[in-house]
Order: sequence, then structure tokens, then C-alpha cells
Amino acid sequence: MQNDEVIWQAIRHNHCSYMAKIETGIFCRNPYNVTGICNRSSCPLANSRYATIRDHDGFFYLYMKTIERAHMPKNLWERIKLPRNYEKALELIDKHLLYWPKLLQHKVKQRLTKMTQIRIRTRKLNLKTREKVMTMARRDIKREPRREEKALKAAQLEKSIETELLERLMKGVYPKILDYPELVQKEVEVEEEEEEEEEEEPEIEYVEGYDELLEEVEEDIEDFYGGFQSKESHLDNDDDYDFEDDEDGEEQVVIHKKGRALKKFDGNGKSKKKSKVVVEVEQDDGDTRQILKSLKL
Amino acid sequence: MGFKRKKGDGDGEEMESEVRGRPSFNTAERRNVILPSMIKNKDKRAKVYAKQKHEKKVEKQKKIKARDAAEKQALELGEEPPQKMVPKTIENTREADETVCRPDDEELFADIDADEFNPVLRREVTPKVLITTCRFNSTRGPAFISELQSVIPNSDYRKRGTYDLKKIVEYAKKKDYTSLIVVHTNRREPDALLIIGLPNGPTAHFKLSNLVLRKDIKNHGNPTSHEPELVLNNFTTRLGNRVGRFFQSLFPQEPNFRGRRVVTFHNQRDFIFFRHHRRYIFDVKEDKQSGAKGKDGVAKERVKPRLQECGPSFTLKLVTLQHGTFDTKGGEFEWVHKPEMDTSRRRFFL
Repeated sequence: MQNDEVIWQAIRHNHCSYMAKIETGIFCRNPYNVTGICNRSSCPLANSRYATIRDHDGFFYLYMKTIERAHMPKNLWERIKLPRNYEKALELIDKHLLYWPKLLQHKVKQRLTKMTQIRIRTRKLNLKTREKVMTMARRDIKREPRREEKALKAAQLEKSIETELLERLMKGVYPKILDYPELVQKEVEVEEEEEEEEEEEPEIEYVEGYDELLEEVEEDIEDFYGGFQSKESHLDNDDDYDFEDDEDGEEQVVIHKKGRALKKFDGNGKSKKKSKVVVEVEQDDGDTRQILKSLKL
Repeated sequence: MGFKRKKGDGDGEEMESEVRGRPSFNTAERRNVILPSMIKNKDKRAKVYAKQKHEKKVEKQKKIKARDAAEKQALELGEEPPQKMVPKTIENTREADETVCRPDDEELFADIDADEFNPVLRREVTPKVLITTCRFNSTRGPAFISELQSVIPNSDYRKRGTYDLKKIVEYAKKKDYTSLIVVHTNRREPDALLIIGLPNGPTAHFKLSNLVLRKDIKNHGNPTSHEPELVLNNFTTRLGNRVGRFFQSLFPQEPNFRGRRVVTFHNQRDFIFFRHHRRYIFDVKEDKQSGAKGKDGVAKERVKPRLQECGPSFTLKLVTLQHGTFDTKGGEFEWVHKPEMDTSRRRFFL
């Protein structure tokens, strides 16, 4: 026989697996519970006449259980689909729960209200964009800073930046107005002296020296392609600054315009040109000296 | 109890080799090699281990000395010194990548001609950058943003509000911006950088780490407002090339060399280090170089640029690169970082 009181005593005072005790109160995790609180009047197990509203696929269903079906657990809950319209749903609930205890009716209607509000809110939210939190494995989170540190040490940033700037200085990217032209000239002079010395020597030895110079040039070109993008940008600058030399102290804006107007090539073209020059040097054995000198700026 | 038998005896060794499943060595050989870990007595074990280490060290020093002596001798005789051994580094032993840009690649040039950064890089359009944040602001955010503004010329900052990112992209397009930077914060620290090229440029999502603001750098300098010079190091593969050009497109293409500002993006093992320096005049240093390009081997003057760091410094790591503007659902991703790409320590993508 179904005795609600006995069931309640057994459940509440011994153990109910649906009960969840939190600091704010005692809750019932049973999906058929109307209010969600663990109460004598809200427990679906301890009340043989009970009703709930549950949500399935966006539709609300009214679930009812009566004591007549208490012995058939499979057919225990009777399900009625509620209309989308809130008022019509309320009327339907009134009709079905007509002679049921007032408390239950009230609680069921409250639940319906709440769930419609939730439904409206979810649909509004889905229209907006929400940020999704992506997680990364803890192993990766720990590994990254370690690898970053090692990469930093391997990078030798200051050294590489300094070498890059030096190279640009040697290539003559920086305009000669700035205060290190003497240094650049010195370097160029030193190199030119070496060249001349080699020229004076007998031919056989000069050929060897020439090879070494070629290596220098080749290395330049390799570096050139190693830092491809940077070279591209600085090459364009190169041209612009040729013009700046002629007109000292002009404003940036003017130079910019002139640069644009006078540009007849594209960055890649220039780079190709330069590479072609080198190729000629390699193949020709004849007029190499003069071409080399022109390369040396 | 009997004596404690040292495990380094014949029996122990044979057993050990069986246990380890190795091909059986000559037991005579094995007798010489006593693993210190096999000795149970701590005192004795420590002594044996120390002795082994010492022997190894002495051997190594001998080798180094011999090498140095040979080199010196060869130099004095005027011959070629023996080849210097190159240590293996991760960069040396990097997995060969077929997408590394080669200097003679026609396809590369064609691609570069046709890509989205071309208008900016060819100076048809001056870059104009819009900086904004994610929806929730943080403590360190505004400081970082103001520093970013000082680094990138021609940049504006707008507060985020709760606009959709796609709407912001449209707004920026209307106002003729060339790129949009979104600084994303997590746990009150800037965490990620989303750089979107406009009008239909790629979207790059970077993870930001190790941020050091200007005030936290010792002896920092204050940047001027001249256009900076760019240094992009080590972007070798096609993907790296693209990312490098992306960074290039943020800055105007006419650096004002008078201002002596350098902005560096250095790629090392897929970490992009950002630094912002102010150059001093180039220093001349007396420097002795032997056997290098200076054929005399005499004291040679070397020019060295001196740098003063100013501005923020941080590290970026590429997470995703998307072809169009920001569209996570429908967009076409060129490159996405997946954890399975991390399985090899010698494989890098940039």
C-alpha cells in the first residue's frame, strides 16, 4: 500500500539520493520536482498525487501522477503538451488540475511562468554573440613558458638586432646626413685599400682574392634573402632617401609624395634586378672589377 | 650477516645484462664498468661517483687542450686550422620544412604581389590602426594600450562597449582603417592579441605573454614620435613570411631614420619577440679579430650600435591565422595550432 508518510520518513530521515545540501538550503535534484526544494509537500516520491512541468525541445509538458497508477511505474506519469501561448497554457493547467490541492496548482503555475521567462531569455541570448572559453591542457600551459624562456635565450635578441642594424648601415640604408658617415667611409676605405692591394699583385694571386670578395658578395646576398621582408622595405626606403639627399631638410610629407610619384618599379622588381646583377658578376670573368666597384657603393 | 657483497661482481653483472635484455657483452669489459647506482653503500657510492665524474672531466679537459694546441700550431705554421666543430642546436637540427621560402621562388613573388598587404606595403595606402579591447576591461589593459599607441604611429583607441566584433570590423572599414587590433585580457592581464587586416585582410590571433611595460624596464628611454624602422628576423617559411608582412603592414613604410627608432619582431622557435629600441650613435670599438675576414689579424676598429630599450616588450605566439576578417564560424582558416603539432621538438612553423 502506498503510504506517503512512511515514504517521507524513510527518505528524509535516512537517505534520499536526490537530496543536495548546500549552504543556502536543501534542494531536491529529482527532475519531477516542482519547486526544486526538498520538502514534504514538494517531494515527488512522497506525494502520490503530484504534478510538474518539464521542458522538452522547447515545448512544455504537464506531467501528472495519481495514486490510481501508483502500482504501474511505467505508466505513472501522464504527459500533456502545453500550448506555446502563456495564457492558453494557464487555462489548460486550470482545467487539468481542477480539483487538486491549491498549493500544487499554485506551484505548477509558478513554474510555468518561470520557465517561459527562461525560454525568452535563452532565445534572446542565442541571437547575441557570446565568447566561448577555450581550455588548454595543463601540460601545455606549463610547457609554454619554459619553451619561451629557452627560445629567448637562444634568440640573443640584442646581438641580432645590432647585427641587423650594422648591416643596414654598411649597406648604406641610412642617409649620410647622420653622424656616422665617417665610420662608414672608414670601413669602405679599408675595404677599398684591400682591393687595391690585391690588384697590384700578380694576376694569379688576384684571382684568389677575387674569389674571396665574391664570397663576401654572395654572403651579402644570402643575408639579403634571409631577411627578405626587411630588405624589401629598406630597399624601397633606399630609393626614397636618394631623393632626400638632393633636397635637404624637406618635410616628410613632401618626400613621401615625391617618393610615390617617382616610383616606377615594384619592390620585387628591384630585388630581382639586384640579384641579376650578381648573377652577371658570377658568370662574367671580364669586366668584373668595375661592376664590383659599383656594388660597393 | 655476511659481508655486503658489492653488486659490481660478476654475478650481478650477468644478471643485470640478462634483466636488461641487452646483447651479452664481454664480461671482462663489463667488469670494468661499475655503475655507481648499483652500490648500496652511500658512502662508497658517493666516492665512486665523484671519482667517475672527475675522470670524465679530466678527459674532457685533455681533449679541449689538445684541440686548442692543434689549432694554435696550425695557425703558427700558417696552415689551415682544423675545422671547428659546430655544436648541435635546436635551430641546426630543425626538421626540414618544405615551405621555407627560397630566394628564387617565382611562386612566392607572385603570391606576394597578389596578397592583401600589397597596397599598404607599396605605399599606396598609409596604415591606419584602430585599437580596442575585449568586453571586460582590466587593470593592466589601458597602460598597455597607451604604450601600443606610442609604438604604432597613426593609431586610435576606442573603448569597446558591447559591440559585436563583426560590427566593429564594419565600422572600421567604413572609417578607412587598414587594421584593427583587439587586446584581449584574461585575469586582469593582457592575454591575446587579435590583429585583423582590413578591408578583407587576414585575421591573426596571437597569444601574448611576458609583457613588460615601459615603466618596469630599467633605464628605459622615451620614444619619440618619428616613424620607426622595422626589423623582422627569422621569418623563413611561407606562413612566417605572411605573418612578417602582416606586421609590416601595421607600420608606415617610410621610416624616419633621423628618429632612430627600431621596432623588432624576432621569431625564434615559433615565439615572436617584440622589442622597441632607441638607437644611440654607433660606437667605434677597438676589436681584435684573428683569422676572420680581416686578413691581417690585427686590431681592427669595429662599429657597434648601442641600443636603449624603450616601450613595451612582449612575446607573441601564433594561434590561428584566418583568411578573411574575423569570422570563427564560417571563416576559412589558413593555419590553426593543434596540440598534435607539438609532438616534435624540432618542428616549427614560422
